[in-house]
Amino acid sequence: MDIRAQLSMSFHMDKCIGCHTCSVSCKNVWTTRRGAEYMWWNNVETRPGTGYPLTWEDQERYRGGWEVSGGNLRLKLLKGPGKIRTLANIFFQPNLPTVDDYYEPFTFDYQNLFNAPAGDDQPVARPKSLITGEFMEKIVLGPNWDDDMAGSPLYASNDPNLKGLSDSQKEMLTKFHKLFFFYLPRICNHCLNPACVASCPSGALYKRGEDGIVLLDQDTCRAWRFCVSACPFKKPYYNWATGKSEKCIFCYPRTETGQANACAHACTGRIRFVGVLFYDADRIEEVAKTPDERLVEAMREIILDPRDPRVQEEARKAGIDENWITAAQESPAFNLFKKWRIAMPNHPEFRTLPMNFYLPPLSPILHNAKADGGGTFDPVSTEFFNEIDKMRVPVRFLANMLSAGNEQVVIESLKKQMAVRLYIRQQRVGDVGDSAVKNALSQVGLTPQDCEDIYRLLSLGTFQERFVIPETHREHLSTVDPRTMYEKRGTVGFGGKKREIITGRQW
Amino acid sequence: MDQVLFGAVPYILIVTAIVGTIWRFTTNKYSWSSQSSQFLENRTLFFGSFPWHYGIISILVAHIVVFFIPGVLLAWNGAPIRLYIFELIGAALGFLALFGLLALIYRRITNARVKALTTSWDVLLLIILIIQVVTGLGNAIFYRWGSNWYAAAAVPWMWSIIKLNPNVDFVKSLPLNTKVHIFNAMIFIGFIPFSRLVHFVVINPYKYLVRPYQVVRWYHRNPKTENVVQYK
Ligand code: SF4
Ligand code: SF4
Repeated sequence: MDIRAQLSMSFHMDKCIGCHTCSVSCKNVWTTRRGAEYMWWNNVETRPGTGYPLTWEDQERYRGGWEVSGGNLRLKLLKGPGKIRTLANIFFQPNLPTVDDYYEPFTFDYQNLFNAPAGDDQPVARPKSLITGEFMEKIVLGPNWDDDMAGSPLYASNDPNLKGLSDSQKEMLTKFHKLFFFYLPRICNHCLNPACVASCPSGALYKRGEDGIVLLDQDTCRAWRFCVSACPFKKPYYNWATGKSEKCIFCYPRTETGQANACAHACTGRIRFVGVLFYDADRIEEVAKTPDERLVEAMREIILDPRDPRVQEEARKAGIDENWITAAQESPAFNLFKKWRIAMPNHPEFRTLPMNFYLPPLSPILHNAKADGGGTFDPVSTEFFNEIDKMRVPVRFLANMLSAGNEQVVIESLKKQMAVRLYIRQQRVGDVGDSAVKNALSQVGLTPQDCEDIYRLLSLGTFQERFVIPETHREHLSTVDPRTMYEKRGTVGFGGKKREIITGRQW
Repeated sequence: MDQVLFGAVPYILIVTAIVGTIWRFTTNKYSWSSQSSQFLENRTLFFGSFPWHYGIISILVAHIVVFFIPGVLLAWNGAPIRLYIFELIGAALGFLALFGLLALIYRRITNARVKALTTSWDVLLLIILIIQVVTGLGNAIFYRWGSNWYAAAAVPWMWSIIKLNPNVDFVKSLPLNTKVHIFNAMIFIGFIPFSRLVHFVVINPYKYLVRPYQVVRWYHRNPKTENVVQYK
């Protein structure tokens, strides 16, 4: 057993209101630099929708993630004879998304609003490209271009997760009274088997041993751009101005000092949870090869129980700090993913073993059939509990997105969430009936205590309960050189500004 | 004149290349990048980058190999038919590179995004490269003995430079075109540390073929900073 620690974020999708506060706080802290304008290390997508960059989940096009071929794990990007192919494509990558798959970063010519000469027309602020500095004809794409479905099913119908849905389910996209959508907030998953790391010819990407955060060494990156292609989640971004790739850093300067990540801290919906997981690094390859149906289960198995004294013993032997072992026992990530089994990874079938987890949305719980007949929701009826798979958000759709197509994993989580609601309703309103609650709990395998705990964490959780982040003691290893702090201001640690010696042009 | 150009200048440029590269690598690793612009434009790039890199790398490798074993080439070229084959392959690769380079230049001029990011160093570099490729092709096409000259004149001259005993007699009598080719090659070497050319001084990608897929770095374990762990 090779036990290691991993920081992990979980998302309660039901509560995400799509406000993008998370994206904006991330942007304000990390990516307000030239070349980084288009990067959204944290982004929130409307689902069904195309996502950002456009249809990133379509690995036929981008060839991100891993595949099992002949019993071996192989980067999908490699297709042919192996790593050689990676190097052969170093000059031109057929699967690289370009800026047109994201959007051309722009600003508006606001000055014109003030400086325009008096005239009959209202002055306008025309869009200006941040790459070329020229005026743009019109803006054709932006971050969240299809936010809230953008008033049309056109974008939504391109969602790769709609694969395998029946026509009547797909029809829900076009019928207003049947419509559904929800939000998918995404950051880098800081995977256990990261495809980005595996694809980098320079070895610039690495996983940190102490906390599992995947980082990109700016000094070693040579702009080969393989990480961008290989990551199935498209979370490394290429900085076209500096010629270096960048990615979500899990706000490690914050987590190292025990603070919550900027996105999670800012989250208005309080949907995010951050905690420590212990995993067995010896089993990564084996788990990553598990067939689709068992993938989520296998991922749960690789996570170790931090309350088990044997695991604690091993962790101490592996040099994990005592405060991490304590924190792991309070970890919301462990409870949500492994103990209660209600959270699951995003697209485990990409086989990177992503370490962020999502609680599938139970709302809107309007029954599909009821919605058709104009019926209303009867919270006491067990119909919902037993026919949870007939809900408005098709289980198939959620399973495509969250459990490699295994509907049982999603149904288990939805039923558990429903059981907790019944349990609490019985406590508050008392119209469900003790036996019905008991029946529901035994069906899903939750104890009353579990229900109390789930309710507490998901609904009332305080800051301290939602973010259990132990400090990392590496103060003595500070890499900041006080002599260069002044030059480096405004670069948030991403190297100096560029200045051309001949023309003096700067960016 | 030849004494200076082919006896002294090479030293200046070689020292510039070595010192400059080390200086840049130690003081400004962040700038060490191929500055790929595929992200901004990837259609024309396909017709530029592939032919250019594969053409020029094959030719470069041929130059380097012959640099070490000039005798073999001379022996091979002993029979005219073999000389023709060799020259023909060389010229074909040269045209491949030229085609790629022209596509890249065209792209840099016509694509607004790429143009906006073009620096003066890039322009200088493209000028150096186009001179190099065109004179190289000139050698191959107009002078039947191009490859023999390289093995019999340029290589001994290069070795004399390396042995710190420059002997310009080897190159003195070569035609102007060939001299430009040789001199420009030295400029190119001296130019390495100042431009995106540093991307060809790469060591890392070769490591990729042998290292395990995953890389893990530790702060608390030994060795402290970089430890490539095989967990695959
Ligand atoms: S989500 Fe992508 S960038 Fe993040 S660790 Fe996984 S493969 Fe790498
Ligand atoms: S801040 Fe929270 S609620 Fe708002 S979009 Fe982000 S994850 Fe959702």
